[in-house]
Amino acid sequence: MRYEAPETIEKACQLLAAEAGHARVLAGGTDLLVQIKTDVLDPSVVIDIKKIAATRTITSDAAGFKIGAAVTGAELKEHDALKAAWPGLVEAANLIGSTQVQGRATLGGNLCNGSPAADSVPALIAAGAKAQIVGPEGRRELAVEDVMIGVRKLALTKGEIIVSFTVPARPKHGGDAYLRFIPRTEMDIAVVGCGVALELDASGTCTAARLSLGAVAERPLLVAEAGRALVGTKVDAAAIEAAAAAASAACRPIDDKRGTKVFRIQVAGVLARRTIQLALDRANGKTGATH
Amino acid sequence: MAKHHVHTTINGDPIELLCDTGETLLDVLRNQLNMTGTKEGCSTGDCGACSVTVDGRLVCSCLMLGVEANGKKIGTIEGLASGDALHPLQQKFLEHAALQCGVCTPGVLVASKALLEKNPDPTETEVRYWLAGNLCRCTGYDKIVRAVMDAAKEMRSA
Repeated sequence: MRYEAPETIEKACQLLAAEAGHARVLAGGTDLLVQIKTDVLDPSVVIDIKKIAATRTITSDAAGFKIGAAVTGAELKEHDALKAAWPGLVEAANLIGSTQVQGRATLGGNLCNGSPAADSVPALIAAGAKAQIVGPEGRRELAVEDVMIGVRKLALTKGEIIVSFTVPARPKHGGDAYLRFIPRTEMDIAVVGCGVALELDASGTCTAARLSLGAVAERPLLVAEAGRALVGTKVDAAAIEAAAAAASAACRPIDDKRGTKVFRIQVAGVLARRTIQLALDRANGKTGATH
Repeated sequence: MAKHHVHTTINGDPIELLCDTGETLLDVLRNQLNMTGTKEGCSTGDCGACSVTVDGRLVCSCLMLGVEANGKKIGTIEGLASGDALHPLQQKFLEHAALQCGVCTPGVLVASKALLEKNPDPTETEVRYWLAGNLCRCTGYDKIVRAVMDAAKEMRSA
């Protein structure tokens, strides 16, 4: 196994595209190193992208934030402006693993590991995040919900790397949240995860809403129907119930050791209700980040 | 395949070493530098026994390649005591009997030191969440948490 740590994204893409064997991108390594050690993967080269400045920085302007794909969970948590704008996203990233894992694990890695249960992905999708991708053919942008196409399968072509994510500025009356169900309080993989971002007008009517579910299908889902159930309403009990029903209806989960299909479908509805409520409270300025 | 030439700083000392790509920072510390205070537990980032700091950030050394230590400042358990003088955390772990078999202890101490540098006055809940990635199969955690709280108190008044 070779190790490369290029300082430009172009060089990283060249290395990735030119590799005849199996090349893997190394960001935080908290999934990759475990997969190499347990012989799930046997790459011929790992390409460390952390020396590329654009992957390691968070910038902001009037339009919103640009978050490097190799920024760690711990760094996200220390970014006060991002945490104030998108507390659900920062909290989702900080649910992944321990303090030690937080010191290394990245948003880009969480997405590109290709697990349907990745905690930060539904939060990114709800926030309307876009992935900036660089490859041999140039640059392109994909909505995060279009990056993962199946378990361990991405819409990236050979040589392409996600450099960063953009999320918009926080809307005036906007709020987001991410909640997951696990059978303990910490350090576990989501049985179901739910991300919600919504926006209200001055009268409290919902003008935009996005709900995303993790661990209920072969990839994280954007449940457009649930968003539509909230838009135009005051996000009252009936609207939340309709959105929760849409969330449950969108699930196509598997039975596994973490939860049965029936359980996951039911929990998706429960989590949808709770997550919408938390996002709503945040949009109304009733509560900020919980950590 | 040529080995990687790594220049790093460990507990303040500049260190040069050669390592293979597949060697983790934990492998390098234990097998090359004979710094066996850092323990190998699960090797998959779940147990925290191999906790070290990298540029001040708490990480599992089993989840980082040795070559990635190039140009970084590494902090290990060997850097806690000053000569024969124990770090207040180490002293409090003895006083509270916060260890039994001791395999998790270096990782817990390194993690606790990182916590107190960031937050000198943590609540018990904050200590428990911070240390959630340091598994101990002996103590039941209570004595560990009490020792960390007591050390924090002493370090604040020092």
